[in-house]
Amino acid sequence: MRMSKIVRFSADMLFGAILIFGFYIIMHGHLTPGGGFQGGAVVATGAALVIVAYSYEEVLGMIKKAGLMLQESAGLVMFAGVALIAIGLGTTFFFNFLANSGSLFGMSVPYGPNSGELNTAGVLPLMNIAVGIEVWGGLAIVILYMLSGISKAEEV
Amino acid sequence: MRKSLSIIVIILFGIFLSLIAIDLTFGVPDNTGMDDYFIQNGQEQIATNNIVTTVVFDYRGFDTLGESTVLFTAVIGVALMYRKLIKGDADENE
Repeated sequence: MRMSKIVRFSADMLFGAILIFGFYIIMHGHLTPGGGFQGGAVVATGAALVIVAYSYEEVLGMIKKAGLMLQESAGLVMFAGVALIAIGLGTTFFFNFLANSGSLFGMSVPYGPNSGELNTAGVLPLMNIAVGIEVWGGLAIVILYMLSGISKAEEV
Repeated sequence: MRKSLSIIVIILFGIFLSLIAIDLTFGVPDNTGMDDYFIQNGQEQIATNNIVTTVVFDYRGFDTLGESTVLFTAVIGVALMYRKLIKGDADENE
C-alpha cells in the first residue's frame, strides 16, 4: 500500500535534504550542538519517510537490510577500533592521539569563545562518524523490521 | 465531598513541591571542581569548542562505548523478535 503520488514526490524531494542535514549534524558534532547520535537519528528519519511513503516491497529494493546491518556493525567496530588504536600507540584506551598533532583533525583551538574550525578535535569527528553510521543503521533497520511485521499481518 | 478533598490534597501537594523548588539553586552546584577542569582545559587538551562533545566522546568515552553497545544489543533483540514473528521471512533476514 503505497501513498499517493503527491506524498511520494514530497518524500523524494525531502529525502536528500534530510540526509544532508543529518550528515551536517554528524560532521559538525565537535563544533555545534548535536553529534553522532542526533545526526544518525535525523538520517534514520529520512529512511522512515521513504518507508512510510512507499510500500514495503518497493522499499526493500531501495534499502537493503543486510547493508544496514553491516553499517550498524561497522560503526560499532570503527568506534571501538579508533579507541583501540590509542593502545597500539602506547597510550591509554580512548586517548585522543590526533588532537593538536597537526595532521588530520589536528589543529589547535585558542582558549575562550571563537568561531571554530572543522579541522580540529582529533579523533572526536571520527568517533562521531562511527556512532552516526551505527545509529542510522540501527534505527532504520528497527523501522524496517516493524513495518515488515505490519504488512505480513495484514495479508493474513 | 470526595472530589473537594482530592482537590485540597492536590493543592497542598503543589504548595509543598513549590516550597522545595524555591529553595533549590540551579546552576550553582556545591562541588564545581570537575566542571571547572573541563571548561578550563577542554579546549587546550582536546582542541574542541563543544565541551559537551569533549566530555561525551573523550573524557567519558567509555560511557559512550557502553551506550553504543546498548543500542546495538537493542537492535539485535528487535531483529530476533521479528524474525520469530515472521515465519516465511526467515531466509531473507539471514
